[in-house]
Amino acid sequence: MGLELYLDLLSQPCRAVYIFAKKNGIPFELRTVDLLKGQHHSDDFAQVNPLKKVPALKDGDFTLAESVAILLYLSRKYETPDHWYPQDLQARARVDEYLAWQHTALRTSCTRTLWQKMMFPVFLGQQVPPETLASTLAELDRCLQLFEDKFLKDQDFLAGSHISVADLVAITELMHPVSAGCQIFKSRPKLEAWRQRVEAAVGEGLFQEAHAAIMKAKDLPPADAAMKEKLKPFMQLLLQ
Amino acid sequence: MGLELYLDLLSQPCRAVYIFAKKNSIPFELRTVDLRKGQHLSDAFAQISPLQKVPVLKDGDFTLTESVAILLYLTRKYKVPDHWYPQDLQARARVDEYLAWQHTALRRNCLRALWHKVMLPVFLGEPVSPEMLAATLAKLDVTLQVLEDKFLQDKAFLAGPHVSLADLVAITELMHPVGAGCQVFKDRPKLAAWRQRVEAAVGEVLFQEAHEVILKAKNSQPADPIIKQKLMSRVLAMIQ
Repeated sequence: MGLELYLDLLSQPCRAVYIFAKKNGIPFELRTVDLLKGQHHSDDFAQVNPLKKVPALKDGDFTLAESVAILLYLSRKYETPDHWYPQDLQARARVDEYLAWQHTALRTSCTRTLWQKMMFPVFLGQQVPPETLASTLAELDRCLQLFEDKFLKDQDFLAGSHISVADLVAITELMHPVSAGCQIFKSRPKLEAWRQRVEAAVGEGLFQEAHAAIMKAKDLPPADAAMKEKLKPFMQLLLQ
Repeated sequence: MGLELYLDLLSQPCRAVYIFAKKNSIPFELRTVDLRKGQHLSDAFAQISPLQKVPVLKDGDFTLTESVAILLYLTRKYKVPDHWYPQDLQARARVDEYLAWQHTALRRNCLRALWHKVMLPVFLGEPVSPEMLAATLAKLDVTLQVLEDKFLQDKAFLAGPHVSLADLVAITELMHPVGAGCQVFKDRPKLAAWRQRVEAAVGEVLFQEAHEVILKAKNSQPADPIIKQKLMSRVLAMIQ
């Protein structure tokens, strides 16, 4: 059995891994793990990733969790073009810096925005208190400003003149609030220009394909009682 | 001006960077940023890093934030022994996996344990309810179980038979609740044995030196009202 990638394209880190693998012609079996159906809680999947999260990688007997670790593993094993994770000491450090920062900053903000603005009302039939949503959107705004000022600055891409895994991780995050109807690129021309460069570098076809599921998330049928029950603990976390 | 490291050993990621640099005899100027005095919020420090956090590395004109990025930069620039970040594809992936996971898991729970148990009441004069503290300690407990079961398993160190960056980052995190008086190693013989191995690999003297500040955290002088006001919102955001 060759490389297997366990993904749900509803998840931002899964999209980054998917795009990276496809863009680089890395052969893999796609194993879909439907998060909204709770498939990540199955015993079978726990064999692949005891942390019960996606993305997960299985390469023969070797299993690996965490999208950042997976992206780096793939870039090394398949010797992808240098720009994805540049050899240059300082450029590579910039990629590492972004990949570290984003865990507790942009990622958190984008996940909460999607769920509080859209998934709670549409999928779970639950309104989120306006103050909570307002605070989440303010935090997203703050993160986007930091992203522009501290990370992107006046560069074409996050690590310099070429696209890297940092840009992939960032763009897939930002599509989360976009799919919830947040116009994050409107009135942010620098961000918008960067987005267009990243989409062009990835290829429009692949970019659209990777984001088809999340862009249709607003049309999801409401969750049934069983699903709601399963998602309950997760829901608590997203409202804090 | 050579390498400068802006650190406060009160902070877990600063301890990991400090130990790594010292252990590998990497020459650097230590620039202490006293967090309890709010020095990270000064205009002078904002010139160094607009994110106003520690650790920060400054190497000539090159400034770098995020402890994981700093550790990797030092690893590469100073060509440290292989075991810290092994060349072996799978062993390296294990280190990456841990370094990614810990941001939102162990780090978060260790930080909350210290602040809820000691720093909020003692340093900031803000009482924490017993229920809140109990909930935090329960979450820490769950995370410690994941650390043992998923990451350490029956290995000597987190990524295999030798100490790596993952162990440094993990042990410095665990000393946070230890500094707060939590007996994280009691009833966890596997973790206690791993701790001893990591301390031996680092060297007891260096380990004690790096942890002197955190082990005295419960004796922190209460913050004066001005400092408290400056720090409060950032602290709450940090531990949310």
